[in-house]
Amino acid sequence: MTDLADLSIAEAGAGLRRGDFSSVELTDAALTRAGVTESHLHAYLTLDQHGARAAATAADQALAAGEDHGPLHGIPLAVKDNMVTRGMETTAGSKILSGYVPPYNATVVDRLSAKRAVILGKTNLDEFAMGSSTENSAYGPTRNPWDTDRVPGGSSGGSAAAVSVGSALGALGSDTGGSIRQPAAMCGLVGVKPTYGVVSRYGLIAFASSLDQIGPFARSVGDAASLLEAVAGYDPRDATSYRGDTPEISTLLDSGVAGMRIGVLAELSGDGIDPQIQDACRRMYDALADAGAELKEVSLPATEYALSAYYLIAPAEASANLARFDGVRYGLRVDGETTEEMMAASRAEGFGPEVARRILLGTYALSAGYYDAFYGQAQKVRTLLRNEFAATYEEVDVIVSPTSPTTAFAIGEKTADPLSMYFADVCTIASNLAGDPSGSVPVGLDAEGLPIGFQIMAPALHEAQLFRLAAEVERLARFDARPALATSEVKPA
Amino acid sequence: MTNWEAVIGIETHVELQTRSKMFCGCEVNFSADPNTTVCPVCLALPGALPVPNEEAIEGILKIGAALDCELVESSLFHRKNYFYPDLPKNYQISQYDVPLCVDGHIDIDVDGEEARVGITRVHMEEDTGKSLHGSDTGRIHDADHSLLDFNRSGVPLVEIVSEPDIRSPEQARAYAAELQRVVRALGVSDVRLEEGSVRFDANISVRPAGQAEFGTRTEVKNMNSLRSLQRAIAYEIQRQIGVIEGNGEIVQETRHWNEDSGATSSMRSKEESEDYRYFQEPDLVPLHVDGEWRDRVFAGLPELPSARRKRIVAAGVEPQAAATLVEAGDLADLFDHAVSLGADRKQIANWLTGEVVAHLRRNEVALADTGLSAAHLNELGSLVGEGALSSTAAKEVLGHVLSGEGSPREVAAARDLTQISDQTALDAEVDAVLAANPDVVERLRSGDMKPIGFVVGQVMKATRGKADPKLVSELVRSKTQGD
Amino acid sequence: MPVEIDIAKVAKLARLALSPEKLEEYGAQLVDILEHAERVGGLPTEGVPPTSHPLPMTNAFRADEVRPSLDRDEVLEQAPQSEGPYFRVPRILGET
Repeated sequence: MTDLADLSIAEAGAGLRRGDFSSVELTDAALTRAGVTESHLHAYLTLDQHGARAAATAADQALAAGEDHGPLHGIPLAVKDNMVTRGMETTAGSKILSGYVPPYNATVVDRLSAKRAVILGKTNLDEFAMGSSTENSAYGPTRNPWDTDRVPGGSSGGSAAAVSVGSALGALGSDTGGSIRQPAAMCGLVGVKPTYGVVSRYGLIAFASSLDQIGPFARSVGDAASLLEAVAGYDPRDATSYRGDTPEISTLLDSGVAGMRIGVLAELSGDGIDPQIQDACRRMYDALADAGAELKEVSLPATEYALSAYYLIAPAEASANLARFDGVRYGLRVDGETTEEMMAASRAEGFGPEVARRILLGTYALSAGYYDAFYGQAQKVRTLLRNEFAATYEEVDVIVSPTSPTTAFAIGEKTADPLSMYFADVCTIASNLAGDPSGSVPVGLDAEGLPIGFQIMAPALHEAQLFRLAAEVERLARFDARPALATSEVKPA
Repeated sequence: MTNWEAVIGIETHVELQTRSKMFCGCEVNFSADPNTTVCPVCLALPGALPVPNEEAIEGILKIGAALDCELVESSLFHRKNYFYPDLPKNYQISQYDVPLCVDGHIDIDVDGEEARVGITRVHMEEDTGKSLHGSDTGRIHDADHSLLDFNRSGVPLVEIVSEPDIRSPEQARAYAAELQRVVRALGVSDVRLEEGSVRFDANISVRPAGQAEFGTRTEVKNMNSLRSLQRAIAYEIQRQIGVIEGNGEIVQETRHWNEDSGATSSMRSKEESEDYRYFQEPDLVPLHVDGEWRDRVFAGLPELPSARRKRIVAAGVEPQAAATLVEAGDLADLFDHAVSLGADRKQIANWLTGEVVAHLRRNEVALADTGLSAAHLNELGSLVGEGALSSTAAKEVLGHVLSGEGSPREVAAARDLTQISDQTALDAEVDAVLAANPDVVERLRSGDMKPIGFVVGQVMKATRGKADPKLVSELVRSKTQGD
Repeated sequence: MPVEIDIAKVAKLARLALSPEKLEEYGAQLVDILEHAERVGGLPTEGVPPTSHPLPMTNAFRADEVRPSLDRDEVLEQAPQSEGPYFRVPRILGET
């Protein structure tokens, strides 16, 4: 019999409703998997076994009483540790929040609970979601289940590793410059960053407010759609929450791609992209054309400037967002003679190097005399980029590219050179700047057996088109490989 | 010798009296226990997000409209970044280059000399928490630690920035007082200086009269009454003149007004002032005030103090009395109401600015606490008109009405203050006095009117002061001069 | 154009007490990053408005309604130091 931890959300939901197993058994299977794999991966910062079993029991009772809360009912899930959970430690991967227990839940957490999902725990991340490898966590890196000498990507590397290895059936991550899509690609998962404003940011510990979005990790496109549908929708507690009707998500999953106009992004087709990734993507383009889609090359020259603009805008916003961590009301305090000294010492001690670097970068980019040349100019580039996307979407329904320039790289490979790490986001950043939805779907493995991700970008609020194409890519790629570690029989390290 | 001219601009912070805070649902309640009206948003807990209070936006638009500002169609919130322990986010949500209201003005009057003070801008921001300093003196520099209460954190705050159009401490005071009246008339804030719900900072410089360029300015803070605002500015002007005449140079800096010593002292140098790194608040979307909204705000404005004063003066009330009525808006409300019932304007104004104001001051009560109504005033006027009360007795009656003894008619009756102005009732009294004093009658008949006072006095005595003396004197005349 | 950074001043603005060695290291890294980021200046942007918000929305307000506040004990439990009903901090220097 298949280990319950390896079921998709859809399969597990069907089994629960047939009475093949209970949510408690499903939850125990995921916890058992975690028990075996955590010592290899370190995907979780907090595992809430007790709370998870209690939630699973409640979910079972509700289902038995005829209350069915939909596809996530009774499903064990993981949440990135930058979303606050009432009564459960939330650190954002930072020493400055070590031991911090929030008094409230993020909206997404409340929504998952309302759907009777089971929250297993909080996953590891680059400190405050700043990074592309999960090596910047103050609590140690997460490793890639496909090769534990490699990174899982980042910053949502813990969520990606957990879903990939089966210590959760699905997970939430956050994506500011690629932090869902890039680890999804590196761990062989589906990962989606929705349109800015579609999922509430209330309770998401902010990195860059105008770029951050919460989204799902799953092993299938359908599961990702179910997760997104559960958390999407207007939230009056987030002033940037989209007030119109929640966009359709899963309505076109079975529509196929006949007549769909797909733009292949020229700027991400050549130099700088691993040739094996280029090949895998090209094979998918051909398969999509065979399936009836109309493919054409599109060019968005401003995307060449996206990375530069991002590394001004995101740190600038972060420098203010992280100012609240000052040792006064919560979190780490390092004593000082004066409050001013206490604050500066607490922050220097509590923030890791990448966070300190970005705070300094953002502070500089906003400071008198430099604002116009850096932050102001970056915001104008953002406008140009949005204009180019808008013009391109006149001609095509979606735009595709590789998700990441490389497959999973070795732990330690890029930590010494911040700039080289920043280039890991080169494919994903444009969608954040534009505010558009974007997702990654696995399309194969490279020669070393590492997953390759295929990126789909769509116009704002056109999630349905993104999922429509993602479902077809999933069908065509027939990607069903799982990491060798995804078994409950591996000995703990 | 140089003739110096002062150039003064005033920044005013007004806390709005909304039910909930600017960006969260915590109650605005200044008497709440420390740290009990706090939530993730106003404590800046990780993950919390601000959502603006629509009522506060309405409030600032009313202020802008009342100051004759342009209400800006599209404006933005910015983050003003600086670290301070009473500022939980370590940035303040404020407005920067595109505030909600711009280009207004306020007309002031100092001893009959009118002046117009421009309003540069009116913008929306949020208040900080409060720190208490743990030392015997309560002074920040002597404390070895501080305690923080975040109840005030996030209370809606409106900043009103004047043009540097003010030229004297007296004008500054008149400006501040008029601004307070306007805001009070709008009902958006209780504008209590001593409780910090309105705060004034003054930017002050001096220049030789006739010079176009401004001198170097200082910013003076910590004035907690109109009087201290005036004193502080007067002090600072003289200090600056002294420095310049002593061949010194004015340093651009923030100075602290000390009420006890009556002097300003340096707080920090603007040269090293914070670089606030303003940038557009990404957690909030732009504000859009369309024509319909603007029209609604202007149409909903109450009569403003200046217009009200003019109207009351035009109705025949002395300017000083009109100013007193309007100063405390509720007096003017009562005045208007009583007049609408038909009461005599001058009489009502005299009572309100005389007995009523004195009563309120003496007993430290608010008008609303006295239960005095427009109907009472109207009734009192009628009693005087009918001759049932002398003007002296009317004032006494009013005092008892203010003390809650009942309506004027009830008080007059209960205290037996009604005057006898019934001719038949007095006839007998006058006759009796005349009969008892034939010599007096003789003198009166012969045209010596001096003893008339004696007769009136005797009648008053006999009636225990209740007789209408005018009527008595008329009766005496008719009885002795008649045929 | 070479980028010049007064890194000590930036660290002070950012309230980070960093050692001279750290300051030097971060300073050098920032120069590298900013020299790359400066490429944003290469695009002609005359007359282009800045984008600070991805979705074109305005007037996201809440009604003036009081909502429950947090429990003070729960709030102060997370404080590094509290005294009675207050958060406690060391001496405040005053506005710098």
